[in-house]
Amino acid sequence: MSDTKNGGAATLDPATPESSPARRLLAAPDGTGALLRRAGVVGGLAVIAIAVALLKSGSGLVVWQSVVTGLLMGGLYGLIAMGLTLIFGVLDIVNFAHGALLAIAMFIAFGVVQGTGLHPYLTLLVAVPALFLIGAAVHRGLLSGTGGASLENQLLITLGLSLLLENGLLMFFGAEPKNVSLPGDFQFSLFGAVVAGGRLYAFLGALLIGAVLFWLLRRTRFGTAIRAVAANGQGAELVGVNVRRVHTLTFAIGTACAGAAAVLAAPLVTVTPTLGEQFNITAFVVVVLGGMGNVAGALVGGLLIGLVEQLTTIYMDGQSSLLGVFVVFLIVLFLRPQGLFGRRA
Amino acid sequence: MTGITITGGRDATASRSAKAPPLRPQNRQLIILGVLLLVAIPLPLLLPSAQGAVAVRILIFAIMAIGWNTMSGFGGMFSFGHAAFFGLGAYTSAYLLVNHGVSPWIGMLAGMAVAALAAVVIGYFAFRYKLQGAYFALATFAFAEMLRLIVTTTEFTNKAVGFTVPLIEGSSLWKIQFPADSPAYFWVALALAGLAALASILFLHSRTGRYVTAIRDDETAAASLGTPVMRYKLITVGLSAAITAVAGAFYTQYYLFVNPELAFGSSVSVQAIATVVIGGIGTIWGPVVGAVIVGSLSDVTATLLRTPPEFLSFLQGRSGLDVALYAILLILIVRLLPKGIVGTLQSRWRRR
Repeated sequence: MSDTKNGGAATLDPATPESSPARRLLAAPDGTGALLRRAGVVGGLAVIAIAVALLKSGSGLVVWQSVVTGLLMGGLYGLIAMGLTLIFGVLDIVNFAHGALLAIAMFIAFGVVQGTGLHPYLTLLVAVPALFLIGAAVHRGLLSGTGGASLENQLLITLGLSLLLENGLLMFFGAEPKNVSLPGDFQFSLFGAVVAGGRLYAFLGALLIGAVLFWLLRRTRFGTAIRAVAANGQGAELVGVNVRRVHTLTFAIGTACAGAAAVLAAPLVTVTPTLGEQFNITAFVVVVLGGMGNVAGALVGGLLIGLVEQLTTIYMDGQSSLLGVFVVFLIVLFLRPQGLFGRRA
Repeated sequence: MTGITITGGRDATASRSAKAPPLRPQNRQLIILGVLLLVAIPLPLLLPSAQGAVAVRILIFAIMAIGWNTMSGFGGMFSFGHAAFFGLGAYTSAYLLVNHGVSPWIGMLAGMAVAALAAVVIGYFAFRYKLQGAYFALATFAFAEMLRLIVTTTEFTNKAVGFTVPLIEGSSLWKIQFPADSPAYFWVALALAGLAALASILFLHSRTGRYVTAIRDDETAAASLGTPVMRYKLITVGLSAAITAVAGAFYTQYYLFVNPELAFGSSVSVQAIATVVIGGIGTIWGPVVGAVIVGSLSDVTATLLRTPPEFLSFLQGRSGLDVALYAILLILIVRLLPKGIVGTLQSRWRRR
């Protein structure tokens, strides 16, 4: 076990670029058998969790509703976490500003809908490019050139940025919650569970964008460059990859993922300046769960955390659903810092 | 853990000159502390009362920052969840005082003990499973957030309402309650801050402190020489939590009110971090300098919000400016002076 325990920690030491889990961005899974076995364990635990929830609540419908809602929300969490984990995998930056950038995108969506009366989903056309540019600017302006700086300093810069963005929003828009309503929203029943159309669209949209991201990383030349930089920055530089550009674009793509998720989630939540914090926390949990730097793991982790969140409200009456998320987080962090699907170091 | 300097240490004895032997760094720092305290004592009598309140807040910041710096600066264990210890100090003393009439002094000691215990427990697990860097930071953050959520939904901590400390007649040192604007609040806070600084100086130069800085600089090497790494880390974490709890307990006494967000909210942790980073991580005086800057800055922004100049009139009554400003300061310091103000000055001084 000692080798696995060190796995996560080694990631953060810039001095040991090889063999750290962060570098295994989208790497081929280590042995399909091991992966399947682990997926089986995770699935088994999920089934047990659901069974316990059934016993606790005594109502199959309540639990089924939680499972459906949880999985639908989980898709969104996965999308947010994908951006975060991509940034970590390639740049080794723990981006604390991810949630605040998400909040910015929500306010962009809100503003555009208010101003032009556009359909909320059409604001994707504004919010995603805007967030892409903001991401690129943030990387160029604030983070680029801190490559050699200590982890703490990068963490502090993104923390400062997050505070700045959040409080900037608070200053300009005030703390009153805002709503983005989805025109023509509908509901339908899925074997008894009520599903809102907005949730379903958000889930499907997240899966679709996730698939595009996956395709981009696995099948395009640019994706190859990203993976090369993630695997070995110096080596990539030697064969002619412009590493700094790849870093900027990766940061921008990761931020754009948050932008897309924000637009999809905007009709489902009340938009406030501090909303990003909640999503940020959840996204970090998902990232650790899926293995830092593991994009596919982020999606699976997202689904799991969505499930955990909903089941928590059944397990613990009157408690915040985040409590269960944190419990799972600490357990995973202590026992498998390389994530559920991360490879052994 | 680059970019961290500590004052004093072994190099001082090496540079001993033939004539008047220079002071050992520990003694030098103690003398500075004494002078600072002497200079500060008459302050509340000289300052107008509004500034007096700022001074007390600066001292609370300083205690909290010294606590964070002990663990994250000297120990290299980057905590993102110091709100947990601040909150435990605040809530333990508030609970004992409000529900059982126990003196806040005893409540403070109890809060220190509770916070230290919590820190040792979470620290034990974190070190046992070798969490480092961002993983450690995230674990401490999750711990503080869990406490916040639990306190928000627990009956005996009054859920989201929190505690309001009842006012007593007259003034009483035993209950740390004085007439409003009394300089006594400042003196009590000053004494506590002085003790915290004293503890951090003595700790840094103690056997444990030296082991801990050695572990921070190269844990593998220290462990291979037979240093009981776990023990020294846990002592550091416990001490850090206890100091931070003092800030929490005094905070409750001074503002007479505490709720889950004020005590356990992530902004408390951020404040502790920002204060030390601006002042200089891993230095004795960094937390103090940082507290003076952050504390005065929040006063400046408060004034700015009450009576904004013409071109900033839209800011009237808006919140968020103070945090936004120190966020900018934080980013600038990290980008331009990665060692913080004190750290940068020290390395300039040494180069000469």
